[in-house]
Amino acid sequence: MIKITDLHKAFGSNVVLNGVDLHIKKASSMVIIGGSGTGKSVLLKCILGLIAPDSGTIIVNGVDTKSGDREAFLDQFGMLFQGGALFDSLPVWQNVAFRLLQGKHRLSKADAHDIAIEKLRRVGLKSNIAELFPAELSGGMQKRVGLARAIAAEPQIIFFDEPTTGLDPIMSGVINELVREIVEEMGATAMTITHDMSSVRAIADNVAMIHNGVVQWTGPIGKMDDSGDPYLDQFINARAEGPIEAVR
Amino acid sequence: MIQAIDGILARIGRSTMAMFESIGRLVIFASLTVSHIVRPPFYYHAFLQQLINIGFYSLPVVGLTALFTGGALALQIYSGGARFSAEAIVPSIVAIGITRELGPVLGGLMVAGRVSTSIAAELGTMRVTEQIDALTTLSTNPMKYLVTPRVLAATIMLPVLVFIGDTIGIMGGYLVGTNRLDFNSATYLKNTWDILEFGDVSSGLIKAAVFGFIIALIGCYSGYHSGRGAQGVGAATKTAVVTASVLIFAANYILTDLLF
Ligand SMILES: Nc1ncnc2c1ncn2[C@@H]1O[C@H](COP(=O)(O)OP(=O)(O)OP(=O)(O)O)[C@@H](O)[C@H]1O
Ligand SMILES: [Mg+2]
Repeated sequence: MIKITDLHKAFGSNVVLNGVDLHIKKASSMVIIGGSGTGKSVLLKCILGLIAPDSGTIIVNGVDTKSGDREAFLDQFGMLFQGGALFDSLPVWQNVAFRLLQGKHRLSKADAHDIAIEKLRRVGLKSNIAELFPAELSGGMQKRVGLARAIAAEPQIIFFDEPTTGLDPIMSGVINELVREIVEEMGATAMTITHDMSSVRAIADNVAMIHNGVVQWTGPIGKMDDSGDPYLDQFINARAEGPIEAVR
Repeated sequence: MIQAIDGILARIGRSTMAMFESIGRLVIFASLTVSHIVRPPFYYHAFLQQLINIGFYSLPVVGLTALFTGGALALQIYSGGARFSAEAIVPSIVAIGITRELGPVLGGLMVAGRVSTSIAAELGTMRVTEQIDALTTLSTNPMKYLVTPRVLAATIMLPVLVFIGDTIGIMGGYLVGTNRLDFNSATYLKNTWDILEFGDVSSGLIKAAVFGFIIALIGCYSGYHSGRGAQGVGAATKTAVVTASVLIFAANYILTDLLF
């Protein structure tokens, strides 16, 4: 479904991605882990074309992202940004229904509103917040509105950048289940960045760990605990001592 | 010594290159903006909202500026004219000065202060909070959705604003002329009306349209390419108002020469 080969990206002298290879199978859930600032968000943005990579290829559904129809390409994606990135000039329901209200297949306002309410319910939000503006919500609520917006048009490929950060444990559980449902029931392909190891175990079919600009380890979730990789071991067991330096 | 001169030359060279580069990018940005006017979809709702934001809400600023400028101009022309006993020229000079030059230039500058900064701050914030990226991932072209409606609205609304400003400015002159300078009301109005030609007003309105384009374009460009964080947005806002104002003066000279 998504095949990344030898991806490089540097910002000035700051080399972030230094030859990333990764393969994500259709209708599977890939979880990306790795230290803060290792380039996980940059990787997602490179796939979406929001950041231009320096070199390397990204093939989505058999099409090189550099060629082909950009609009059709983006139509198959949903993205939850790490910071939410909600449109603060629009009320919550219009944020969620944004894509449904644009383009050739636009729905009527009433239909879009109904879908927005339904998606908000799926992320554990009541309909009474639909008319509020994003600035009037708590951080965790904003995150979930962003999540509802990402899944509103039922895209084939969904990227979640830290979906459970800032949520209470019960809400995290709800969101983990939601991501699983989207993959299993809707057959979507999901790529999730998270620092929350319980989320990793709940969501992932496969795990990839990014370190030093490359994929340090990747494999099925079942093999994560006895990978024998010292970097991965240190990371998933949250140890301060190990090959990964604490000060980076 | 030679090294120092070398360093200075290198620096001048670099900044000249950088200047041409940003001019090039601005030109590309402008052509993209214009090309989106004719390529569907067109976001009517966003466009109408900007007509109101840029046009309607700038009325008080432009109106007051024109009113006081018209009044001050009448006093100045009177004191200048009195030196060759030509006080009667006040209505004509006020009318021509306002419509050809002061209406569009001062109106443009005031709107630049109000609109290009607010556009730059808004788009800059959207850039740093990734809202512009989010638009892209929701299959919406941010140039089309954010930039084109603003630039089009400003280009259309500035002539409207300046036309209203012209009227108010002439009225300012009239009020000062009749109340403070003992002009006869009917004569003042007749003199104004007789001297004004279509070209005086239309040349000012053409200028206004160009200034409107510059104001919104520069605001959008600075915001769209804003640096990161609150500092980035602050810098974008400052750049927007300075660049827009300077470009307005430059464009004013060129247009005055062309429409002379
Ligand atoms: N637009 C940009 N311009 C310059 N540098 C950037 C930009 N975006 C990211 N970076 C740099 O790239 C590196 C990786 O950033 P990224 O946001 O991908 O980290 P991350 O792995 O998502 O971290 P976290 O887990 O904290 O979110 C950082 O050093 C950051 O400073
Ligand atoms: Mg990140």
